[in-house]
Amino acid sequence: MADEALFLLLHSEMVAGLYRAAEQGEGENGRCTTKLESMGFRVGQGLIERFTKDTARFKDELDIMKFICKDFWTTVFKKQIDNLRTNHQGIYVLQDNKFRLLTQMSAGKQYLEHAPKYLAFTCGLIRGGLSNLGIKSIVTAEVSSMPACE
Amino acid sequence: MSRSPGRKQENHKISRELFVLTYGALVAQLCKDYEKDEDVNACLDRMGYSIGVRLVDDFLARSAVRKCRSYSETADMIAQVAFKMYLGVTPSVSCSSATGNEFSLILDKNPLVDFVEELPAERASLCYCNLLCGVIRGALEMVHLAAEVTFLQDRLKGDAVTEIGITFLRKPEDRKHKRN
Repeated sequence: MADEALFLLLHSEMVAGLYRAAEQGEGENGRCTTKLESMGFRVGQGLIERFTKDTARFKDELDIMKFICKDFWTTVFKKQIDNLRTNHQGIYVLQDNKFRLLTQMSAGKQYLEHAPKYLAFTCGLIRGGLSNLGIKSIVTAEVSSMPACE
Repeated sequence: MSRSPGRKQENHKISRELFVLTYGALVAQLCKDYEKDEDVNACLDRMGYSIGVRLVDDFLARSAVRKCRSYSETADMIAQVAFKMYLGVTPSVSCSSATGNEFSLILDKNPLVDFVEELPAERASLCYCNLLCGVIRGALEMVHLAAEVTFLQDRLKGDAVTEIGITFLRKPEDRKHKRN
């Protein structure tokens, strides 16, 4: 769908714009990631509200995580999460082998150091969604080889 | 699968909402970073320009339209094909000058402001949708049509409709032809 192209472009422009502004002003790189994450948080909260309006109540945490991996991810990124692992003690690892926001960038190790910038928004998105479903969480991302990420 | 048939519609709607919500978060962040409205407007315009420059490739690839032969055809194309494809709305086009290079797109429904009720009092001159102007300007420039794009009316500021004005700037080659 054409909307996706628009969102991808807006997202990359946002990342570039924020970092450009940070370079010109004070050199506080960490702030940019926080800003992106908090933007993602707001969007995630709103989105999950509209999305789960008509769905049934979730049974437990695992159910919520499965919802995020399947329905939420499909709607936002047009595909499901490839792998979900958990230690049943509150830690979940979501693995996406072809992360939409990174596919356009590279297919390997090139530009690896820039990848985290593009994941900050999505981390915020997940954290916001979970927070509105009643789960407090910390979301981090890891990229070992584009376009896969965890 | 127990999915209802309306699910696909909903998914499209949610994708669009993702974009609208992200845009709102972006504007909110910019308002926090910059004090003056003009700075925020300029920033949105600049970002829109970069997006437009890339979006036009995507648009041409998806729509496979033929070359436009006149400014009015271009304006119609933007309104009827591009807006419909990316935002799901079709603004109406009207030509507002005798020379045929000034057009306005009138949007009675602007999806970008779906979740915005009103501008806060201290941000009265904020052009919330300034990104759109930048996008149109960037896209036109990539097809070698210089233009100035501004908001003539804005529903968020109390006008009846949202109106975007596109003024095509004459290319220097046109004047050369006229002399001959």
